Order: sequence, then C-alpha cells, then structure tokens
Amino acid sequence: MTSERLTPSAHEVPDPEDRTRIRIEEFRKRRPRLVDEVVTMAHGAGGKSSAALVDHVFVEAFRNPELENLGDGAVLALPTGERLAFSTDSYVVAPYEFPGGSIADLAINGTVNDLAVSGARPQWISAAFVIEEGFSIDKLKQLAGEMRAAADAAGVQIVTGDTKVVPNGAADGLYITTSGVGVIPAGRELSPLAVRAGDRLIVSGTIADHGMAIMLARGNLDIEADIESDSAPVNGLVEALLAAAPGTRWMRDATRGGLGTVANELAQAAGVGVVLDEGLLPIDPTVLGCCDMLGIDPVYVANEGKFVAVVPADEAEVAVAALRSQPGGAQAAVIGEVLADPPGIVAMRTPFGGTRIVDMLVGDPLPRIC
Amino acid sequence: MKFVDEFRDPAAARALVKSITEIAGDTEWKFMEVCGGHTHTIYRHGIEHLLPENIELVHGPGCPVCVIPMGRIDDAMWLAEQPDVVFTTFGDMMRVPGSRGSLLDAKARGADVRFVYSPLDSLKIAVENPDKHVVFFAVGFETTVPSTAVTLLRARTLGVKNFSVFSNHVTIVPPIKAILESPDLRLSGFLGPGHVSTVVGIRPYRFVPEVYGKPVVVAGFEPLDILASVHMLLQQYAGGRCEVENQYARVVRPEGNTAALKLMAETFQLRPHFEWRGLGFISQSALKVHDDYADFDAEVRFSMPGVRVADPKACQCGEVLKGAIKPWECKVFGTACTPETPIGTCMVSPEGACAAYYNFGRLHRETALMVGQGAPVG
Ligand code: SF4
Repeated sequence: MTSERLTPSAHEVPDPEDRTRIRIEEFRKRRPRLVDEVVTMAHGAGGKSSAALVDHVFVEAFRNPELENLGDGAVLALPTGERLAFSTDSYVVAPYEFPGGSIADLAINGTVNDLAVSGARPQWISAAFVIEEGFSIDKLKQLAGEMRAAADAAGVQIVTGDTKVVPNGAADGLYITTSGVGVIPAGRELSPLAVRAGDRLIVSGTIADHGMAIMLARGNLDIEADIESDSAPVNGLVEALLAAAPGTRWMRDATRGGLGTVANELAQAAGVGVVLDEGLLPIDPTVLGCCDMLGIDPVYVANEGKFVAVVPADEAEVAVAALRSQPGGAQAAVIGEVLADPPGIVAMRTPFGGTRIVDMLVGDPLPRIC
Repeated sequence: MKFVDEFRDPAAARALVKSITEIAGDTEWKFMEVCGGHTHTIYRHGIEHLLPENIELVHGPGCPVCVIPMGRIDDAMWLAEQPDVVFTTFGDMMRVPGSRGSLLDAKARGADVRFVYSPLDSLKIAVENPDKHVVFFAVGFETTVPSTAVTLLRARTLGVKNFSVFSNHVTIVPPIKAILESPDLRLSGFLGPGHVSTVVGIRPYRFVPEVYGKPVVVAGFEPLDILASVHMLLQQYAGGRCEVENQYARVVRPEGNTAALKLMAETFQLRPHFEWRGLGFISQSALKVHDDYADFDAEVRFSMPGVRVADPKACQCGEVLKGAIKPWECKVFGTACTPETPIGTCMVSPEGACAAYYNFGRLHRETALMVGQGAPVG
C-alpha cells in the first residue's frame, strides 16, 4: 500500500483543487495562532485552541526540552541512569458523580494512565483538593474512599496532598489535581519517531463511553440510556501489551478530544498518514445511537480508560490477543494503519467504501440542530 | 462500528454506483443537494469520490446556520449582553461570527449564553428563573419551526412572562427559486430536502419541474439514500420524465405534516423580506413571531439595533451557497477561513459546505479512492 503515490508529486502540475489542498497543508503545519483576547471554553476542550493556548502562553514561558515533548508525562533521567515519568492533571468534571465513576476515581485513573502510556509503571500519586465552602464532609469522605479504592486497583499509593477551601461560589463543588511518578523499566523506548509505514493502530477497548455518559448525566438532554463511563486504570493492559508486543512504538490515552485527536497527534508528531477503519472501531451500540442522535462524531468523544498503541504489523495479532486476555481488554481491536503518505493527515475509511478526513477538533463537540 | 442497517450496505452502494455510472454516460451532470444535512452525509461518507467524475454534487443553501446574516448575529449578541437576559441557542450558532465576534466570545466576556437542545429547554430555564428574561435564538427551516411553535403555545398556556423568541426561521422554497433564477447556474436537478419535507410535504417543489424544467427527488440522509436519489434523477432523464419524486417515502408524506403546518400558521407569519447571508434580501422568505404572540417576540420586547452589516469582503459564502463556486475556490478557504477562525458562516456549521469540505473532504480523489477501497486491516 505504501509504495503507491498518494499526493501529486512535484513534477506533475497540480490542478487548482490540489493547489488549494497543498496551501492548506502548509498552513496547517504552522503553529496554531492564539487570536483570542480572553480564555474561552474552547481553550480547554483539547483541540486546536487548547494547543494554541498551551503553545503561546505556557511553552513560551516555561520553555525547556522536557516540556517541549508535550507528552502525557515528562520523561526524566536520573543521574543513575534510571528514568522516571512525571505527570499532572486537574479534574473539574461536572457532575462529579456519574454512571460508572466519579471525580475521585477519574483523578487517580487519569494520572495513572498518563504515566502508563509513557511506558512507566505508576507508583506514587499526590492529590490536591480545592473545595467549595459548604461541601458535605460525608461526601468528601466517600470520595476519598473511592480514591483509595482506585489507587489500590491501580497499584499506586497516594503519598502527599494539599487542601484549600474557597468561598461559596468560587468553585463548583470540588476540584482535584493529582500528580504522579512512575519508573520506566530499562530498555523501554516509546516515541512517535519510531513509527513506520505499515504499522498498525490498536485501541484497547470501546470508544466514546465516558464523554457520552457525562453528557447524559448532565441531564439537559431528554435521552434515557444506560451508558457508563469507562473510567479505569490501563497500566495492567499496557504491561500485557508491552510483554506481548515488545516492538510497540508509541502509546497515548485517548481522553479529551477522543480517538480522533490522538490519531492526529500521532500523524503530526510522527509525520505519517493514519488511516482508521470505521467498520473496525469498537463502540457500544447504545453509545453509537446517542452519538448519531446528537450529531456528534464518536471519534471525538472522551474516554477515561482507553489507549491507542502503534505496533509493528507482525505483532498486531499477538498484541490484540494479549489485551483481550486481560480484564477490561475484551474489546481491544486493530483499528487502522500507518501510511507514509499523506503525512500529517488522518483519513477514515467508511464501511460504505468512502473516505473522509478526521481533523483535529475545534472546540467542544456541540450537538447539531435538527 | 457496525452499521448493520440496510442504508449503509456497501454491496448495495457498489451496485447503485455501477448503475449510476452506466446511465450517466459521459454527459456532465450537476445536481444540487439543497439541504445541509445532505452535504454533511455526502462528505462524511465520502460519497463525492464514489460517484463518477462527471457527476458533480453542488451544495445548496439549506444549512440554517449558514444563511444567517451578520447583522442578526450582532442583534443576538446585543440581546445576550442585556442585563438579566439569559440567551439560549442551539450549539452550532455559538461560533457564528458577527461583526464583534461570536456568541462564544460574548459568553467569555460574561454574557449568560447557554446552549440548549430544544426551545422547550429554554422555556424551562425561564420557568426556573423568574427574575431573568430568557430569549430563545430560533433558527432553522420549516424543520425546526414546529418545535418553536409548540414552545410558544406552551409559554402562553403557562402564562410565562419572562420568555421570548428571537425568530430567524426561514423557508426553503424562496431560496430555491432565487437559485433557479440566477443566470450563472446550469443545474441538472435537485436532491430535495428531507427533513423540511416531512413538514411541508413534496407539493411545494412542483414549480421546479413545471416552471423551470428540472427534476426533484426528495432524499433521505443515509448514504444509500443519496446514491438512490441521484439514481432516480438520472432515471427521470433516461425515461424522459421531469417531476417531483419522493425517495424518502419512509418518512416524508406527500402532504407533509398538516398539524404542524397549522400550528406554524397560528404562531408565525411571513415577513415581507429577509436578508440571507450572501444571497441578499429575498421576499417572503422568513417567519416572524405572529402578532397574536407579540408578547413572546424578542423583536417587539427589545429595541435591537437591527443594523445591516455587510459581509466581510473576503467572504464568498453567497457564491458557495448558490453553488456557483466550490468551497475550495474561495480565496480565503483553509487559510484565513478555517473552522477555528471562520470568516463566513459556511465554515461554522458542520452542515456548511466549507466546513464539510474542510473537515472531511480535503483528500485527493485518487488518495480517497485508494484508501477507501483498500482491504480492511486486521
Ligand atoms: S471559505 Fe469561508 S469565507 Fe470563503 S465561502 Fe467558505 S465560509 Fe465563506
């Protein structure tokens, strides 16, 4: 497949439509511009606007080589040669309890998963709480219990923390920030630069469960459906995958922005084309039905216990088998492949035999009218 | 994702494409899909590239978000910024740019803008917040008018005092007529709007074959519906017919939804004229809240600036909405105008031709065919 030419070559005179496409690709490669004067919700949604904000405000101010990788976690080398992964994340989900989980287990699983997909074995977690005045202590106890249970399930310890209380109205109930540290076993090298044409993309389970569960739990949609968040630690799955497919190139957890965003990050970081096969994407029929109804593309809907891995083609089968043998991995599947061309682009092959682009998402997915 | 249903069956698609290719011969065909929902389906499923190259699908004006002029967005933002107003809107109107940014910007600056899924949600907000005035930003063709109509009725029954509708509802027939009148277009026929026709039925399109000699096939929204409708249009030509046909008969009744039409007539009335983005003023093409419901008409309750704002110079949305140019032929397409920094409305709604092409269609034809027909991995 990769031997074939996918974009017009230089000596061929491109037609006007191709010229437009080439111009757009050049334009897309530029650093995303930050045009807004104030922060909008789109800056937090994980798409292009978030990238622009991070790039122009934080990377600009903090610039250093570890940060500039912009991975899920920083990989830090100790003087002894051992490597640590270090990651942090804030949790502001509303409502803070939803079918299948709560802000408490998200706060643990999210950070555990960021470490795991960096190739690390997650070990220690810190937790900081911003609590709104008036918050129920019983509820707080319950959430702390849930955090403990999630930490036990993931095999990590919560070793330090902080608590701040803000006046009524200054926060929406409770915000949690967790940071985590994990140790990367010697010899593990994961990098987008290791990705090659012909490699396969694997997803560790069904997509779009978490985002859809939250959307329904907010209660302003008149939809009754039994959808649970997929909030879960993936470190067990990651270990099983790496043991079965030692050639694994790269991994990322498909949280905010969903599978589509992760695939785009891969295409851009590795300078490759990515083809996803819509017919192979594992998705719960109820979740798909809700997405269809709301006009939302499930590839952009958030997950909280799923990751995407790129493995060499000849390890794809064993990798999927290894994932499927683990708890939480039963729906793992090969979902696409890497092409040399067109670089930086994610395309979706539809079961209908057609093709479309899967671009980075702009802002939050908003339901369409009618 | 498993699409088991009969409307996405690849084998049926291949059979249709084969037949379409045969009937089409080497004549150049140009069919306009009127409805933005069709545009979305066409790009989302890569249908453009499945059809032979001599069949061109031209994207029409039936995207309700796309046709709202700048001045109306400015009015919406003005409303949203009034003290004690909660401004409610469908999600995809939030990003439409006016001359001072979009409703999202107004929200970021502190206006109480909320997105809702139905006008009834907005009425609910009004009932729950008696100290606020809640405005619903009503947009859409005849498809969405009935739900606004029901809401007006309910608001009156409940005696709600703090709720009004800013109506930007438009009707589908006048722009089709405007397009047929425009000299630079040589269309072979129309894929008629599916959702709108569930309300208005298929009779309103009779003038298209009768006066303008172009066939119409009212089409559904699944990918096979589109192919089947193109097929039906070609068959009309092959059989020497020219009429209105209904491919979407499983949903659309020829007479439409008479109860909804009656309700609409009670709660809305035609405006003498209305400005359409890029198409200019079209007479009797839009609906205002009926005088009997003036208490619920935001245009009566508030004195909005109502300033007409010229479209940005670079914007060629009008040409795109008329199908006179392809999205990528607009000079700012994909560079200054992207879904992230839209200049024109067609780039905002996922049903807009520019957004659909940018998000889904930006692939070289051969690339698309090769990827699409490649063996599934795994
Ligand atoms: S590219 Fe932008 S300005 Fe040009 S026609 Fe499309 S939406 Fe309008």
